[in-house]
Amino acid sequence: MTQAQLEARRLERFEARVARGEKVEPGDWMPEEYRFELARLIHNHANSEIMGALPEGSWIPYAPTLKRKMALTAKVQDEVGHGHLLYRVAETLGKSREQMLEELFSGKAKFSNVFHYPAETWADVGIIGWLIDGAAIVNQTMMAQGSYGPYSRALKRICAEESFHIKHGYDIVVSLATGTPEQRAMLQDALNRWWEPIMMFFGPSDKRSVHTEKLVRWRVKLKTNDEQRQEFLRKFVPKIWELGLSIPDPNLYIDEQGTVHYTEPDWDQFLTVVRGGGPMSQARLATRRLAWEENAWVREALALAEKRYADFPIA
Amino acid sequence: MARAGWKFNPYHHRIPEALERARHPVPPADTEWPVWEVFRQPERGEPHVHVGSVHAPDAQMALVLAKEQFSRREPCVQLWVVRAEAIFATPYEDADIFEPALDRTYRLAAGYKVRPRINQAASSSEEPSS
Ligand SMILES: [Fe+2]
Ligand SMILES: [Fe+2]
Repeated sequence: MTQAQLEARRLERFEARVARGEKVEPGDWMPEEYRFELARLIHNHANSEIMGALPEGSWIPYAPTLKRKMALTAKVQDEVGHGHLLYRVAETLGKSREQMLEELFSGKAKFSNVFHYPAETWADVGIIGWLIDGAAIVNQTMMAQGSYGPYSRALKRICAEESFHIKHGYDIVVSLATGTPEQRAMLQDALNRWWEPIMMFFGPSDKRSVHTEKLVRWRVKLKTNDEQRQEFLRKFVPKIWELGLSIPDPNLYIDEQGTVHYTEPDWDQFLTVVRGGGPMSQARLATRRLAWEENAWVREALALAEKRYADFPIA
Repeated sequence: MARAGWKFNPYHHRIPEALERARHPVPPADTEWPVWEVFRQPERGEPHVHVGSVHAPDAQMALVLAKEQFSRREPCVQLWVVRAEAIFATPYEDADIFEPALDRTYRLAAGYKVRPRINQAASSSEEPSS
């Protein structure tokens, strides 16, 4: 058999496996394009987890009660944990963790558009937890059905934790929505500022995004950006209205079929933001790098630590 | 409305410094530590189940990191960590070795049906002898 025939047969077997709904595991043969696209996607996802910890983490010292402080700390810890899990998954596709972090710091690798914006008030913490984690769970529950075994295993666990994040965010939002006029105003202000970034969260409209037929067939992507956005809106728009909040989009309405119609976000603006031109892009990256550099001594100390009690053999 | 709250965060105080320092990045230390596979036992008597992996310089740190990562909410009475390279696996391409070569019901409890035979024997012995 020639090399080309061998490749063709491998591809055929790979596609048949995916079509049967079987997972692909790290040792398996996979098309280079599959490896590349997945690695990029998971790397960006991992970056978003640890970058998302920054806007929320900055509110931990100012949480209004001890319980909120503990819950927010737990949430931020979860997000960093998600980053750990996902960098491990991405590593199975070829790149080292150190390389991936370097690509993040240098701006070569991207992270979610929503974390390029400031978290200005306590209400932002509620909106982020409720709506951004709410959007993330739409994406992640879908991706958990994807074809790559390690990613789908990690996402199942991540989604379980996300449901706490969303509920906690909702709890903050409801507290403010049912609170004083100042609290309601603060909440509405946060929603006004976050609405557009949230509408952009799932990425460019299907009309603009590159056709991904192959990625759908390989179960790297299971729904289009617009399908995910629609799913998110159907779920959350009625809940936002229920709290008496208004959505800052004059064209937004729900038709008889339940479809949410909206103003198309400015996708050029989206691209500027994710390429590092958002209001907080450079500050966040610099902060992330500063934390990485200043905590280098911890990693060095760990590597040198006296090996003491790892002496509990099981057999 | 006051929205300046976030500016008091220690890191936000240091954004100008962070931006300045980012122009002269320090090369990262070598932290490409080995990978440890993690197994969690939810309660005594239950099996240890593989839950994921961590990077760590040694077993002790691997246990500390595994505790943070894999038992934040889940019940746990014991964690195991094993160097990933200490695990040997059969190749997926050879998964057909696990397929039964022939009828293997003789190995299974379900392969033995005794009740119908007992019932049959009982009913035939009840018949009046001629
Ligand atoms: Fe997360
Ligand atoms: Fe989350």
